[in-house]
Amino acid sequence: MNKRLIPLIVFLVLAVFFAIGLTKNPREVPSPFIGKPAPAFRLPEVGNPAKTFGPEEMRGQVWMLNVWAPWCVSCRQEHGVLMQLQAQGVKLVGLNWKDKDREAAALLARLGSPYLSTVEDLDGRVGIDYGVTGTPETFVVDKGGIIRFKQTGPITEEVWKEKLEPMLKELAR
Amino acid sequence: MKRLFMIMATLLATQAFAGEAQPVGEDPQIERRLNVLAEDLRCLVCQNESLAGSHAELAEDLRREIRDQMKQGKDDKQVVEYLVARYGDFVLYKPPFKPLTLVLWLGPLFFLLVGGMVWWTVLKRRRAQPEGVANTQARAEAARILEGKSE
Repeated sequence: MNKRLIPLIVFLVLAVFFAIGLTKNPREVPSPFIGKPAPAFRLPEVGNPAKTFGPEEMRGQVWMLNVWAPWCVSCRQEHGVLMQLQAQGVKLVGLNWKDKDREAAALLARLGSPYLSTVEDLDGRVGIDYGVTGTPETFVVDKGGIIRFKQTGPITEEVWKEKLEPMLKELAR
Repeated sequence: MKRLFMIMATLLATQAFAGEAQPVGEDPQIERRLNVLAEDLRCLVCQNESLAGSHAELAEDLRREIRDQMKQGKDDKQVVEYLVARYGDFVLYKPPFKPLTLVLWLGPLFFLLVGGMVWWTVLKRRRAQPEGVANTQARAEAARILEGKSE
């Protein structure tokens, strides 16, 4: 082998490593919850604090827990997609995370709610129990209450078509 | 000049003081433990900051959570386990030694060994090389010149 080629080969190997590194999203921290039961909670509903909700009520159904907040811009971006999903019969539960200004009820009244139920996590403690680092994050929960997938960042039509829809179909069987 | 120096010294002094400020009304022992522990934990929002140094809201919440657990009498190990269960090993700046992190821990050692081996073979080869004709001639020439000078 020609010795002069060695620096070129070293460079190419490094370039490939860096190219792979650039395509990864550092925000996508692998969730330790995949394959584990969804942490239990009981929280009051937004706009109707007398009623509470806990994840055990969804037993036997495939559903998604969508962590969002009225102050979150990318949540507004995914809102339209979530409305479409709800129209298709996808079961969504909203976790209104750290909404200090209590704007969620008014916002949902104005834009429409894609959720079966939206619960209020004012101090962010349930969010911490789910390992939430920011909004939006969405957890796919199967019939047995096991978390199967976590989507970090907004659900776009692409994410729905490529990842979530096939997964929900598989889990619903 | 002296005046400028005085102004600068004053500015420096106040800044240093601001950094030392401690939250009032908290148990100083727990605060000390929290600060030491949080130095080795990653803030999940500003990923290159420690949990101790970050001003992100989530970091504040997590510090509150750690503080509460310490008040309940949990030791550092239990607090770290609580965080790892929720955020994974990613929250640790010193990840544990396990099959998944083998490359992380042993990689540098491996590259050091490879580098050492390359260095060793290059040296060995260079030593084994016989001196070239040009070199021998040059040495002889140098010796002659030096001799001529010393006489």
